[in-house]
Amino acid sequence: MNEFIRGIKRGFPICLGYIPVSFTFGLIAVKMGFTPAQATIISLTNMASAGQFAGIRLIEGGAPYIELIITTFVINLRYFLMSLSLSQKVAPDMPFYKRAVMAYCITDEVFALASMEPDEVSFPFFGGLMLTPILGWTSGTLLGAVASGLLSPMVQGCMGIALYCMFIAIIIPPACKSRKVALAVVISAFLSCMFKYVPGLNELSKVGGGGWAIITAAILGAAICASIKEVKRRRKAATAERSDA
Amino acid sequence: MSYLYICMFLMFLTTYLIRVIPIGFVRKKMENLWIQDFIYYIPFSVLSAMTFPDVLYSTTATGAEPHISVSAIVATLVALVLAWRKRGLVLVAIVSVLVAIAVELLMPLLF
Repeated sequence: MNEFIRGIKRGFPICLGYIPVSFTFGLIAVKMGFTPAQATIISLTNMASAGQFAGIRLIEGGAPYIELIITTFVINLRYFLMSLSLSQKVAPDMPFYKRAVMAYCITDEVFALASMEPDEVSFPFFGGLMLTPILGWTSGTLLGAVASGLLSPMVQGCMGIALYCMFIAIIIPPACKSRKVALAVVISAFLSCMFKYVPGLNELSKVGGGGWAIITAAILGAAICASIKEVKRRRKAATAERSDA
Repeated sequence: MSYLYICMFLMFLTTYLIRVIPIGFVRKKMENLWIQDFIYYIPFSVLSAMTFPDVLYSTTATGAEPHISVSAIVATLVALVLAWRKRGLVLVAIVSVLVAIAVELLMPLLF
Protein backbone atom coordinates (compact mmCIF):
# COMPACT_ATOMS: atom_id res chain seq x y z
CA MET A 1 0.00 0.00 0.00
CA ASN A 2 2.82 2.39 0.91
CA GLU A 3 4.44 1.74 -2.45
CA PHE A 4 1.14 2.53 -4.20
CA ILE A 5 0.82 5.87 -2.38
CA ARG A 6 4.45 6.68 -3.11
CA GLY A 7 3.75 5.97 -6.77
CA ILE A 8 0.76 8.32 -6.81
CA LYS A 9 2.86 11.10 -5.26
CA ARG A 10 5.63 10.60 -7.80
CA GLY A 11 3.17 10.45 -10.71
CA PHE A 12 1.09 13.49 -9.85
CA PRO A 13 3.42 16.08 -11.47
CA ILE A 14 3.17 14.08 -14.71
CA CYS A 15 -0.62 14.28 -14.46
CA LEU A 16 -0.44 18.08 -14.22
CA GLY A 17 2.03 18.29 -17.09
CA TYR A 18 -0.18 16.09 -19.27
CA ILE A 19 -3.19 18.36 -19.00
CA PRO A 20 -1.96 21.18 -21.31
CA VAL A 21 -0.62 18.68 -23.85
CA SER A 22 -3.72 16.49 -23.98
CA PHE A 23 -5.82 19.66 -23.95
CA THR A 24 -4.11 20.63 -27.21
CA PHE A 25 -4.76 17.14 -28.58
CA GLY A 26 -8.46 17.45 -27.75
CA LEU A 27 -8.63 20.86 -29.42
CA ILE A 28 -6.99 19.67 -32.62
CA ALA A 29 -9.00 16.44 -32.79
CA VAL A 30 -12.30 18.30 -32.57
CA LYS A 31 -11.10 20.79 -35.17
CA MET A 32 -10.45 17.82 -37.46
CA GLY A 33 -13.99 16.54 -37.00
CA PHE A 34 -13.65 13.98 -34.21
CA THR A 35 -16.25 14.11 -31.44
CA PRO A 36 -15.04 14.82 -27.87
CA ALA A 37 -15.90 11.20 -26.96
CA GLN A 38 -13.84 9.81 -29.83
CA ALA A 39 -10.87 12.05 -28.97
CA THR A 40 -11.05 10.93 -25.34
CA ILE A 41 -11.24 7.24 -26.31
CA ILE A 42 -8.16 7.65 -28.52
CA SER A 43 -6.29 9.18 -25.57
CA LEU A 44 -7.47 6.49 -23.17
CA THR A 45 -6.51 3.61 -25.47
CA ASN A 46 -3.20 5.03 -26.73
CA MET A 47 -1.56 7.08 -23.97
CA ALA A 48 0.88 8.31 -26.63
CA SER A 49 1.35 11.96 -27.49
CA ALA A 50 3.19 12.10 -30.81
CA GLY A 51 1.61 8.86 -32.05
CA GLN A 52 -1.90 10.20 -31.46
CA PHE A 53 -1.27 13.51 -33.18
CA ALA A 54 0.10 11.71 -36.23
CA GLY A 55 -2.71 9.13 -36.11
CA ILE A 56 -5.59 11.60 -36.22
CA ARG A 57 -3.89 13.50 -39.04
CA LEU A 58 -3.75 10.28 -41.09
CA ILE A 59 -7.33 9.28 -40.26
CA GLU A 60 -8.55 12.73 -41.25
CA GLY A 61 -6.78 12.32 -44.59
CA GLY A 62 -8.40 8.90 -45.05
CA ALA A 63 -5.05 7.06 -45.10
CA PRO A 64 -5.02 3.31 -45.78
CA TYR A 65 -4.88 1.02 -42.74
CA ILE A 66 -1.36 -0.13 -43.50
CA GLU A 67 -0.01 3.43 -43.53
CA LEU A 68 -1.67 4.11 -40.19
CA ILE A 69 -0.14 0.95 -38.71
CA ILE A 70 3.37 1.68 -40.04
CA THR A 71 3.36 5.32 -38.89
CA THR A 72 2.03 4.41 -35.44
CA PHE A 73 4.61 1.65 -35.23
CA VAL A 74 7.56 3.86 -36.14
CA ILE A 75 6.59 6.82 -33.96
CA ASN A 76 5.97 4.56 -30.99
CA LEU A 77 8.94 2.26 -31.50
CA ARG A 78 10.79 4.05 -28.70
CA TYR A 79 8.33 2.46 -26.26
CA PHE A 80 9.83 -0.87 -27.27
CA LEU A 81 13.19 0.27 -25.93
CA MET A 82 11.59 1.69 -22.78
CA SER A 83 9.65 -1.52 -22.21
CA LEU A 84 12.84 -3.55 -22.68
CA SER A 85 14.60 -1.30 -20.20
CA LEU A 86 11.76 -1.71 -17.67
CA SER A 87 11.85 -5.51 -18.08
CA GLN A 88 15.23 -5.26 -16.34
CA LYS A 89 13.83 -3.22 -13.47
CA VAL A 90 10.97 -5.51 -12.41
CA ALA A 91 11.23 -8.76 -10.43
CA PRO A 92 12.02 -11.61 -12.88
CA ASP A 93 9.13 -13.68 -11.44
CA MET A 94 6.49 -10.95 -11.82
CA PRO A 95 3.45 -12.63 -13.48
CA PHE A 96 2.44 -11.80 -17.05
CA TYR A 97 -0.85 -10.10 -16.19
CA LYS A 98 0.91 -7.52 -14.01
CA ARG A 99 3.43 -6.88 -16.79
CA ALA A 100 0.54 -6.54 -19.26
CA VAL A 101 -1.09 -3.88 -17.07
CA MET A 102 2.18 -1.95 -16.64
CA ALA A 103 2.83 -2.10 -20.40
CA TYR A 104 -0.31 -0.05 -21.07
CA CYS A 105 1.16 3.05 -19.45
CA ILE A 106 4.79 3.01 -20.55
CA THR A 107 4.83 6.65 -21.64
CA ASP A 108 7.95 8.82 -21.96
CA GLU A 109 7.41 10.53 -18.62
CA VAL A 110 6.11 7.56 -16.60
CA PHE A 111 9.00 5.51 -17.91
CA ALA A 112 11.49 8.27 -17.10
CA LEU A 113 10.36 8.44 -13.48
CA ALA A 114 10.21 4.65 -13.11
CA SER A 115 13.74 4.27 -14.46
CA MET A 116 15.07 6.90 -12.04
CA GLU A 117 14.06 4.56 -9.18
CA PRO A 118 17.24 3.34 -7.47
CA ASP A 119 15.79 -0.14 -6.78
CA GLU A 120 13.48 -2.65 -8.41
CA VAL A 121 10.14 -1.22 -9.64
CA SER A 122 7.23 -2.94 -7.87
CA PHE A 123 3.75 -3.46 -9.31
CA PRO A 124 1.96 -1.31 -6.67
CA PHE A 125 4.45 1.52 -7.19
CA PHE A 126 4.02 1.50 -10.96
CA GLY A 127 0.24 1.21 -10.53
CA GLY A 128 0.24 4.36 -8.39
CA LEU A 129 2.65 6.06 -10.77
CA MET A 130 0.40 5.50 -13.82
CA LEU A 131 -2.95 6.27 -12.18
CA THR A 132 -3.05 10.08 -12.17
CA PRO A 133 -1.25 10.53 -15.52
CA ILE A 134 -3.98 8.38 -17.15
CA LEU A 135 -6.65 10.57 -15.54
CA GLY A 136 -4.80 13.76 -16.53
CA TRP A 137 -4.26 12.62 -20.11
CA THR A 138 -7.89 11.59 -20.73
CA SER A 139 -9.59 14.41 -18.81
CA GLY A 140 -7.28 16.96 -20.45
CA THR A 141 -8.29 15.64 -23.86
CA LEU A 142 -11.97 15.92 -22.98
CA LEU A 143 -11.52 19.45 -21.62
CA GLY A 144 -9.65 20.56 -24.74
CA ALA A 145 -12.25 18.99 -27.00
CA VAL A 146 -15.11 20.69 -25.18
CA ALA A 147 -13.34 24.04 -24.72
CA SER A 148 -12.24 24.14 -28.35
CA GLY A 149 -12.51 27.71 -29.59
CA LEU A 150 -12.05 29.42 -26.23
CA LEU A 151 -8.30 29.83 -26.72
CA SER A 152 -6.54 31.74 -29.47
CA PRO A 153 -4.36 29.72 -31.90
CA MET A 154 -1.32 31.55 -30.46
CA VAL A 155 -2.02 30.35 -26.91
CA GLN A 156 -2.84 26.86 -28.19
CA GLY A 157 0.50 26.83 -30.01
CA CYS A 158 2.45 27.95 -26.96
CA MET A 159 0.97 25.11 -24.90
CA GLY A 160 2.77 22.72 -27.21
CA ILE A 161 6.09 23.51 -25.55
CA ALA A 162 4.95 22.11 -22.17
CA LEU A 163 5.69 18.51 -23.15
CA TYR A 164 9.24 19.26 -24.29
CA CYS A 165 10.01 21.34 -21.22
CA MET A 166 8.96 18.40 -19.06
CA PHE A 167 11.50 16.28 -20.93
CA ILE A 168 14.13 18.96 -20.26
CA ALA A 169 13.24 18.96 -16.56
CA ILE A 170 13.64 15.17 -16.51
CA ILE A 171 16.99 14.84 -18.27
CA ILE A 172 18.94 17.95 -17.22
CA PRO A 173 19.35 17.35 -13.44
CA PRO A 174 20.85 13.83 -13.88
CA ALA A 175 23.01 15.19 -16.72
CA CYS A 176 24.41 17.84 -14.38
CA LYS A 177 25.33 15.12 -11.89
CA SER A 178 26.88 12.61 -14.28
CA ARG A 179 29.17 13.45 -17.17
CA LYS A 180 28.30 10.16 -18.89
CA VAL A 181 24.60 11.02 -18.86
CA ALA A 182 25.42 14.50 -20.12
CA LEU A 183 27.37 12.95 -22.98
CA ALA A 184 24.42 10.70 -23.90
CA VAL A 185 22.10 13.74 -23.89
CA VAL A 186 24.45 15.84 -26.04
CA ILE A 187 25.27 13.09 -28.57
CA SER A 188 21.61 12.14 -29.07
CA ALA A 189 20.52 15.77 -29.42
CA PHE A 190 23.34 16.37 -31.92
CA LEU A 191 22.42 13.30 -33.99
CA SER A 192 18.75 14.25 -33.91
CA CYS A 193 19.65 17.70 -35.29
CA MET A 194 21.83 16.10 -37.98
CA PHE A 195 18.89 13.95 -39.09
CA LYS A 196 16.78 17.06 -39.37
CA TYR A 197 19.16 19.46 -41.13
CA VAL A 198 21.95 17.67 -43.00
CA PRO A 199 20.92 17.14 -46.62
CA GLY A 200 20.60 13.44 -47.38
CA LEU A 201 20.42 12.47 -43.71
CA ASN A 202 17.25 14.54 -43.31
CA GLU A 203 15.36 12.15 -45.61
CA LEU A 204 15.07 10.01 -42.46
CA SER A 205 13.01 12.61 -40.61
CA LYS A 206 10.59 12.97 -43.52
CA VAL A 207 9.31 9.39 -43.26
CA GLY A 208 7.20 7.94 -40.46
CA GLY A 209 6.43 11.33 -38.90
CA GLY A 210 10.02 11.73 -37.67
CA GLY A 211 9.91 8.44 -35.74
CA TRP A 212 12.86 6.86 -37.56
CA ALA A 213 15.08 9.88 -36.94
CA ILE A 214 14.35 9.83 -33.19
CA ILE A 215 14.82 6.10 -32.79
CA THR A 216 18.09 6.10 -34.79
CA ALA A 217 19.51 9.08 -32.89
CA ALA A 218 18.54 7.50 -29.55
CA ILE A 219 19.97 4.05 -30.35
CA LEU A 220 23.21 5.50 -31.74
CA GLY A 221 23.59 7.87 -28.77
CA ALA A 222 23.11 5.12 -26.18
CA ALA A 223 25.31 2.68 -28.14
CA ILE A 224 28.18 5.19 -28.43
CA CYS A 225 28.08 5.91 -24.69
CA ALA A 226 27.87 2.20 -23.78
CA SER A 227 30.84 1.51 -26.09
CA ILE A 228 32.94 4.29 -24.54
CA LYS A 229 32.28 2.74 -21.14
CA GLU A 230 33.18 -0.70 -22.47
CA VAL A 231 36.52 0.57 -23.80
CA LYS A 232 37.29 2.17 -20.44
CA ARG A 233 36.35 -1.04 -18.64
CA ARG A 234 38.70 -3.10 -20.83
CA ARG A 235 41.54 -0.63 -20.41
CA LYS A 236 41.06 -0.73 -16.64
CA ALA A 237 41.03 -4.53 -16.65
CA ALA A 238 44.22 -4.56 -18.74
CA THR A 239 45.98 -2.18 -16.34
CA ALA A 240 44.85 -4.25 -13.35
CA GLU A 241 46.20 -7.39 -15.01
CA ARG A 242 49.54 -5.75 -15.66
CA SER A 243 49.88 -4.54 -12.08
CA ASP A 244 48.97 -8.03 -10.84
CA ALA A 245 51.86 -9.50 -12.82
CA MET B 1 -17.98 5.45 -39.63
CA SER B 2 -16.57 1.97 -39.39
CA TYR B 3 -13.34 3.18 -41.05
CA LEU B 4 -12.80 5.49 -38.09
CA TYR B 5 -13.40 2.81 -35.48
CA ILE B 6 -11.18 0.29 -37.24
CA CYS B 7 -8.45 2.96 -37.37
CA MET B 8 -8.86 3.71 -33.66
CA PHE B 9 -8.58 0.01 -32.87
CA LEU B 10 -5.48 -0.40 -35.06
CA MET B 11 -3.76 2.53 -33.34
CA PHE B 12 -4.46 0.99 -29.95
CA LEU B 13 -3.34 -2.49 -31.00
CA THR B 14 -0.08 -1.33 -32.61
CA THR B 15 0.85 0.91 -29.69
CA TYR B 16 0.02 -1.72 -27.07
CA LEU B 17 1.86 -4.60 -28.76
CA ILE B 18 5.04 -2.50 -28.98
CA ARG B 19 4.83 -1.89 -25.24
CA VAL B 20 3.80 -5.32 -24.03
CA ILE B 21 6.14 -7.59 -25.99
CA PRO B 22 9.45 -6.64 -24.30
CA ILE B 23 8.28 -6.33 -20.70
CA GLY B 24 5.85 -9.24 -21.04
CA PHE B 25 8.32 -11.75 -22.39
CA VAL B 26 11.85 -10.70 -21.37
CA ARG B 27 12.30 -12.29 -17.95
CA LYS B 28 16.03 -12.85 -17.87
CA LYS B 29 18.26 -10.22 -16.36
CA MET B 30 20.75 -9.19 -19.01
CA GLU B 31 24.26 -10.26 -18.00
CA ASN B 32 26.15 -8.45 -20.74
CA LEU B 33 27.62 -5.24 -19.33
CA TRP B 34 27.45 -3.41 -22.67
CA ILE B 35 23.70 -4.12 -22.93
CA GLN B 36 23.20 -3.02 -19.31
CA ASP B 37 24.93 0.28 -20.07
CA PHE B 38 23.02 0.68 -23.32
CA ILE B 39 19.71 0.25 -21.49
CA TYR B 40 20.85 2.65 -18.78
CA TYR B 41 21.44 5.40 -21.36
CA ILE B 42 18.21 4.79 -23.34
CA PRO B 43 15.87 7.06 -21.32
CA PHE B 44 18.26 9.99 -21.63
CA SER B 45 19.05 9.46 -25.29
CA VAL B 46 15.39 8.95 -26.31
CA LEU B 47 14.11 12.02 -24.46
CA SER B 48 17.00 14.13 -25.70
CA ALA B 49 16.51 13.06 -29.32
CA MET B 50 12.78 13.80 -29.04
CA THR B 51 13.33 17.23 -27.51
CA PHE B 52 16.07 18.60 -29.76
CA PRO B 53 15.57 20.27 -32.16
CA ASP B 54 11.76 19.80 -32.12
CA VAL B 55 11.27 21.97 -29.03
CA LEU B 56 12.29 25.02 -31.10
CA TYR B 57 9.30 24.43 -33.39
CA SER B 58 6.85 23.63 -30.60
CA THR B 59 5.17 27.01 -30.12
CA THR B 60 3.90 27.29 -33.69
CA ALA B 61 0.29 28.52 -33.63
CA THR B 62 -2.28 25.83 -34.45
CA GLY B 63 -2.97 25.68 -38.15
CA ALA B 64 0.38 27.24 -39.18
CA GLU B 65 3.32 25.45 -40.82
CA PRO B 66 5.83 24.41 -38.05
CA HIS B 67 8.72 26.89 -37.81
CA ILE B 68 11.41 27.92 -35.33
CA SER B 69 10.25 30.90 -33.30
CA VAL B 70 11.83 33.34 -30.85
CA SER B 71 9.23 32.44 -28.22
CA ALA B 72 10.32 28.80 -28.33
CA ILE B 73 14.03 29.67 -28.14
CA VAL B 74 13.52 31.93 -25.11
CA ALA B 75 11.19 29.46 -23.37
CA THR B 76 13.66 26.61 -23.98
CA LEU B 77 16.53 28.61 -22.46
CA VAL B 78 14.35 29.41 -19.43
CA ALA B 79 13.44 25.71 -19.10
CA LEU B 80 17.12 24.70 -19.30
CA VAL B 81 18.08 27.14 -16.55
CA LEU B 82 15.15 26.09 -14.33
CA ALA B 83 15.96 22.40 -14.86
CA TRP B 84 19.62 23.09 -14.09
CA ARG B 85 18.46 24.71 -10.82
CA LYS B 86 16.58 21.41 -10.19
CA ARG B 87 13.03 22.82 -10.34
CA GLY B 88 10.16 20.31 -10.66
CA LEU B 89 8.53 19.12 -13.89
CA VAL B 90 5.31 21.06 -13.48
CA LEU B 91 6.96 24.35 -12.60
CA VAL B 92 9.33 24.09 -15.56
CA ALA B 93 6.46 23.23 -17.93
CA ILE B 94 4.10 25.98 -16.73
CA VAL B 95 6.75 28.72 -16.59
CA SER B 96 7.95 27.95 -20.11
CA VAL B 97 4.43 28.07 -21.54
CA LEU B 98 3.88 31.45 -19.84
CA VAL B 99 7.25 32.74 -21.09
CA ALA B 100 6.40 31.63 -24.63
CA ILE B 101 3.02 33.39 -24.48
CA ALA B 102 4.66 36.55 -23.06
CA VAL B 103 7.25 36.61 -25.86
CA GLU B 104 4.56 36.06 -28.51
CA LEU B 105 2.63 39.01 -27.08
CA LEU B 106 5.71 41.26 -26.81
CA MET B 107 7.23 40.52 -30.22
CA PRO B 108 4.76 42.58 -32.30
CA LEU B 109 5.28 45.54 -29.93
CA LEU B 110 9.06 45.46 -30.34
CA PHE B 111 9.36 45.03 -34.09
